Amino acid sequence: MENKLDGNAAAGILQEIFPFDMTLVQATCTGCGATDVIGALAAYIHGMGTIVRCPSCDTALIRVAQTRGRYWLDMRGVRFLQINTGA
Amino acid sequence: MERTALPGRLSWQLGEVVATQGETARAKSITLALPTWMGHRAGQHVDVRLTAEDGYQAERSYSIASPPEEQPHVTLTVERLDDGEVSPYLTGELRIGDKLELRGPIGGYFVWEAQMGGPLLLVAGGSGIVPLMAMLRHRAAVGSTVATRLLYSSRSSEEVIYSDELDHLVSSSTMLEVVQTLTRVQPPGWTGYHRRIDSEMLRAVAWPPGQRPLAFICGPTPFVETAAASLVTLGYDPVRIKTERFGPTGET
Repeated sequence: MENKLDGNAAAGILQEIFPFDMTLVQATCTGCGATDVIGALAAYIHGMGTIVRCPSCDTALIRVAQTRGRYWLDMRGVRFLQINTGA
Repeated sequence: MERTALPGRLSWQLGEVVATQGETARAKSITLALPTWMGHRAGQHVDVRLTAEDGYQAERSYSIASPPEEQPHVTLTVERLDDGEVSPYLTGELRIGDKLELRGPIGGYFVWEAQMGGPLLLVAGGSGIVPLMAMLRHRAAVGSTVATRLLYSSRSSEEVIYSDELDHLVSSSTMLEVVQTLTRVQPPGWTGYHRRIDSEMLRAVAWPPGQRPLAFICGPTPFVETAAASLVTLGYDPVRIKTERFGPTGET
């Protein structure tokens, strides 16, 4: 089954890869140009992995999966990530 | 910015179950001692991972119910989904002294800390109360007087999580109001709401938008979307509405 959640639910696996609070990282969609924090985006959790989608145009921004010893990260739907380091 | 250091990547850690408490027939609170816990903020969650003997792993996200002030103890409240892969184990099999693998805390988006102020509107559907309870417990622990209203929707009075504690918080706190709606079954003499949350109910309960309230909504996806859309219609600033959706995930 597929259930629409939000980017909060995708943050756990993303934060194994990125050393930032990924719910607060801003992502710009290649589909429609909308920018929002990942926590406010849509997320779909499958047994195979996680897809983060634009809530406006449904473009897949981030696909992430983990198999033994390897992360698979497809970010072709992201035009920019803006990461606030707090400095 | 208070947190200037890079938080670092998350990794899995082991917690030991130090207490469990039944909350309702389906919901149970599990308190863990986490020796390497870096602290959390109210509203954050953890991912829990179970590993079967054959190596099969299942992960699920659960909200933290306890306030930061109780660390290094962290309490999760888990609702049993009968066809779930993880929640039946957590609510039925896990015992004091058992170890549980988790990573967290996760999420600085759906977070409220007392210094963020208010007025605060919390809207909970079912076990969506859990991260909002962490906020109310944090509010009480630091003696905050931020004006706060909780609108909490449950199917029946038997399914209301933290019922006694909410009553106690209301009677012992200033500026805290709790409004409940029971959508399916109401006890005799019930005078509260008895329908699903809608625009009319939010108009009656929510702070006027002119007060620039801060809203947190947590529940199943349709519940969250209805509540958020209603608040926007009422004139709430979308930037000040934070949402967290939950629901069954994974392959079932």
